Amino acid sequence: MRRITIWLLSTVTALVLLFSYRTSTMGVGGGTSAVAGDHGGATPDAGDTSAEPPTGGSGSAGDNGSTGDSGNSGNSGDSGDSGDSGDSGDSGDGRYDGSVAQTRWGPVQVRITVAGGRITDVTALQVPDGNFRDQQINDHAVPILRQAALTAQSARIDTVSGATVTSDGYRESLQAAIDAAHLR
Amino acid sequence: MSTPTGLMAEPDRRAWVVQVMGLPVSVHLRGRDVRDDAVAARVERFFAWLGAVDATFSTYRPESEIGRLAGREPDPATASPLVREVAQLCELARTRTGGRFDARRLPLPTGGAGYDPSGLVKGWAVQRAAGWLADLAGHDLCLNAGGDVLLRAGADRPAWRVGIEDPDRPGHLLDVLDRRDGAVATSGTARRGAHIVDPRTGRPATALRSVTVVGPELLWADVYATAAMTRDADDALTWLTGLADHEALLVTAGGRIRATPHWPGTRPGSPPAR
Repeated sequence: MRRITIWLLSTVTALVLLFSYRTSTMGVGGGTSAVAGDHGGATPDAGDTSAEPPTGGSGSAGDNGSTGDSGNSGNSGDSGDSGDSGDSGDSGDGRYDGSVAQTRWGPVQVRITVAGGRITDVTALQVPDGNFRDQQINDHAVPILRQAALTAQSARIDTVSGATVTSDGYRESLQAAIDAAHLR
Repeated sequence: MSTPTGLMAEPDRRAWVVQVMGLPVSVHLRGRDVRDDAVAARVERFFAWLGAVDATFSTYRPESEIGRLAGREPDPATASPLVREVAQLCELARTRTGGRFDARRLPLPTGGAGYDPSGLVKGWAVQRAAGWLADLAGHDLCLNAGGDVLLRAGADRPAWRVGIEDPDRPGHLLDVLDRRDGAVATSGTARRGAHIVDPRTGRPATALRSVTVVGPELLWADVYATAAMTRDADDALTWLTGLADHEALLVTAGGRIRATPHWPGTRPGSPPAR
């Protein structure tokens, strides 16, 4: 699998991990390594190369609960998978399922859609079900995760300047996502 | 268009995050040897030095040098060299900001008002501690201390991309800057509420949601951003525009986004209304 895709996935994995914090920021390193080995196991699912633009925030909330949209078998061919030109071009286009992360709400699994070497969408394949916590992750955590992944990645930012981030705020911050992606 | 990075191998990158001075501080290094023990040892010294600074300056630690003063100003005759250095810089900051930054009259964690240099110490400490990482030849540096950023990148390498966070929508960006050196500091009410106090009135500053300052040094970018928070939008923009080598982006309490004329991001400059 291409590096760009691994990086994208590791970012998403890191974002998932942001929701698994129990206390303060210092769990980042350990948490990351806990699933680092799973990156290679992510499976490209049906290279749907049609570049889907990110849908509006309001539309995404409804999607998060649907765990049944995994049947993307239509393979439109990863024809643009050219060499390591550096320009991330079409490399790694397709849909990728992250590993299942155990969060404080229960297991979470996300799928990213990559087109033109960029994440164009993040959806939840698996979220905890059946109770109040379900609501929490659907209404709160997943939209945040999705937005953070899209923002950090689409802007290709290395760091974030913002009003003083305390330790409590850190775990949900963009900076934490970026840090986590590079802690190895 | 983006640089054809295929021409050179992408430099390896590694991050460290430590909670110090009450903040998450992250070090990102980019370069050939980021996995070497020697580099990791430097990063350790960087954090160790910040820890020592905290032990000296923390107003939350009664046993620290500043804590023992309990709000009194340090006496240059007896203060340790670092405290004297900071006290002198606080005086300079008070002069340069027309009294908008004043370490002498701030609310103390123990109650009451008194001497608290914390607003300057963070930027000063990170900038100074970066000296531990200064001579790692061929390595690019991106430090982030609770949202204040210090950067360095070789001329032949990609600039660091700094996102400016929207104070009203955490996780969203107002703008993105490409920087090779210097600092980007943001003060605001987003994360901790109205905690910036106008030292002249003792009241929290409320006219602005956030101020981001770009400049050559983290210490001053941070001080200027904090000081600008105590002004209203037009006044802040006029004052920031007058600072040589600094540019700024601000968000008003009403949500308006404004920038100084030569702001390096994509937001257009917006002169103060007259």
